[in-house]
Amino acid sequence: MTTTVILERSEEPETSAAPAPTTVLPDIVATAVPPNRLRTLSHLSSADLMNMGGAAVSAVSLTLLLFGRLAPLSGPLGFVVVAWLGFLAIYGLLVSMDDSRPVVVDKVMSAVLVSAWAVAMIALTSVIVFTLWKGKEALLTFNLYTQDMSNAGPADPITVGGIGHAIVGTLIIIGIAIVFTVPLGLACAVFLNEMHNRFARFVRTVVDAMTALPSILAGLFIFATWILILGFQRSGLAAAIAVSIMMLPIIIRSADVVLRLVPGNLREASAAVGAPEWRTVRNVVLPTARSGLATAVILGVARGIGETAPVLLTSGVTSTLNTNPSTNPMVSLPLGTFEFVKSPQPALIARGFATAAVLMVLVLVLFAIARVLGGRQAGQIGKRQAKRIRARSARDVERFEAIHQEASS
Amino acid sequence: MNPLAVATALPPTITRSGPPPEPRPPEPRRLKAKKDRGDQLFRGVSYLAGCSVLAIMAAVGLFLSIEAFQALKSQGFSFLTTSEWQPDRGEFGISSVIIGTGLIALVAVAVAMPISMGTALFITDIAPSRLRSTLVALVDLMAAVPSVIYGLWGLFFFQGGVIGLSRWLSAWFGWIPFFDVTGADPSDPLSNATVFTASAFVAGIVVALMVMPIQCSVMREVFSQVPIGEREGAYALGASRWGVIRIVSLPFARGGIIGGTMLGLGRALGETIAVLLIISPRFDINFHILEAGGNSVSSLIALRYAEASGFGLSALFAAGLALFAMTLVVNFVASWFVARSRSGEASEA
Repeated sequence: MTTTVILERSEEPETSAAPAPTTVLPDIVATAVPPNRLRTLSHLSSADLMNMGGAAVSAVSLTLLLFGRLAPLSGPLGFVVVAWLGFLAIYGLLVSMDDSRPVVVDKVMSAVLVSAWAVAMIALTSVIVFTLWKGKEALLTFNLYTQDMSNAGPADPITVGGIGHAIVGTLIIIGIAIVFTVPLGLACAVFLNEMHNRFARFVRTVVDAMTALPSILAGLFIFATWILILGFQRSGLAAAIAVSIMMLPIIIRSADVVLRLVPGNLREASAAVGAPEWRTVRNVVLPTARSGLATAVILGVARGIGETAPVLLTSGVTSTLNTNPSTNPMVSLPLGTFEFVKSPQPALIARGFATAAVLMVLVLVLFAIARVLGGRQAGQIGKRQAKRIRARSARDVERFEAIHQEASS
Repeated sequence: MNPLAVATALPPTITRSGPPPEPRPPEPRRLKAKKDRGDQLFRGVSYLAGCSVLAIMAAVGLFLSIEAFQALKSQGFSFLTTSEWQPDRGEFGISSVIIGTGLIALVAVAVAMPISMGTALFITDIAPSRLRSTLVALVDLMAAVPSVIYGLWGLFFFQGGVIGLSRWLSAWFGWIPFFDVTGADPSDPLSNATVFTASAFVAGIVVALMVMPIQCSVMREVFSQVPIGEREGAYALGASRWGVIRIVSLPFARGGIIGGTMLGLGRALGETIAVLLIISPRFDINFHILEAGGNSVSSLIALRYAEASGFGLSALFAAGLALFAMTLVVNFVASWFVARSRSGEASEA
């Protein structure tokens, strides 16, 4: 193969050239190569859509026919499963009419993967919608947010009493937990990133294991030490410590991931101008990763807010407002939910759902904030930040000019 | 032509003048970094932070052991084999709760693993790349939903829907010991449904929703590390999208899939509130996952700690210690698998 190509080329000048052989360049402009374009792998053609739609319609019709008419099948869950299997079979059949086997397998398996995702999303949506829906009645009563349960008996309607004590309790517990975990968590994440030795790797493994620490054990640990051995009362403070143990590894892990994304050349540049390590961390690494670190903290808070078991063991249940974290039980939103729904009274269960809905909204809001902050890449600067930086560097220029003038005069 | 002849025929190109320079033994330059006070302080503080995490973890294990010592000493080996939980009568052990915990976790992992793997593959390989971060955030949101809310959902909403499935499974697969339900008559369609409620099966499915995000995120991370060259090579050879997943992604990510699944198992073992809300406690060894009643270590602790006496508390601490050891072992094995897969060893096979 190669030899023939070479022969052709070597013959070319002899045949085409006149007295002095010249090199003939191909006309590059005329045969301009079209720009490389990425092949889209996830393209849906209209035929695909027709196949899918047809398969879906026929699967649902077939299942409707099967259920109650041809086969002794019933139940909404069974309907969905049978319809789904029917869809896969019919879709495969339709695709196989004009495509080869690998394409059929590809399309059917893609449909399976998409449905796995759909199952997860349906579950998530139904959890959120169900909680908000069941809680909507109690959520719309004003007293839910302003009163506690001290004046409300178990049979009272939802217009009496509320979960003000649980809201305040959650805010206090999570506030104390933030004070404990944020400095420690960020310091530990910095440690994992700045020290490159075996000990740091070991600590990272332990932090990984700590993320999986069952929440009840965090509660049990604080119960054993703080309450049994040290003899303190069950209180909001104890709950905050237990919740901190759950939040800490989450904050460390997500902050660690963010700090690892800080470009190494920024660190090197800082070291090259002679900054000591702590200055590099303070002025380069942490500001670069700021939005990501905020996300890490918020994710930890979202996790800590929802912890029930540690609060149950270390703080206990109360129906009155308690704003003092150092004495007496203090109830949090998840624990309040748990206590409400344990009772058979419909009004209490409705309150339980309202409490859960408030908690859900709180978590959703926190998550949305984390998403907005974390949407930015490490080192990307917002508008206000850029303005501030520009102002600072203008001040620096002025300062330098003043110094130079002084020196020259 | 003989290549050797050419080599010998070449004239010497470099001629040295003068004696060769003294060969000096290579010596590494001594780097002396003088740490200033700030740096020493910084190092100290960050080491302190690292050590404090270790200390917390060690303290959890230590204090659980100290508190559990009394109960473990009195029971000895029978702590592992007794199924009763009567600490005040001196008869207690974790065999039934451990088996209950394991069954719930196994159901959870069996349900969550295919869903999380499918979701992870969907996000990395199928979904349009501009949607990717949104999809990831949605899965993360699943992890942020508090477990008490999953428990509520399972108790008041999901359980009603899944009873039909339990009934169907026990009617058709009752010959498999796991799916057998005592007290259920498959030939009677109006039979009482309560034998199917509050079972390990229902609790396991609800726990599955909680462990699915962690499994999914580990698997997604590993799938996204599949070498792009190998994937493009497979595409270039004409593989379809599923073909690339099957012959490139899945073999490469095997360690990550196993590790992620086990991480999920570790979470499932420790889940408390959702299980406590759904399951009705019982203290005999019950392998029938569809049948009402079951137990788990964490729900046992949450259930009994309030009324427990000094010795009863010690017994609960012993159960907690067993749970602690179990989750730690599962976790370390899982992270070993994940770490191995990340180093790329698996792709050589």
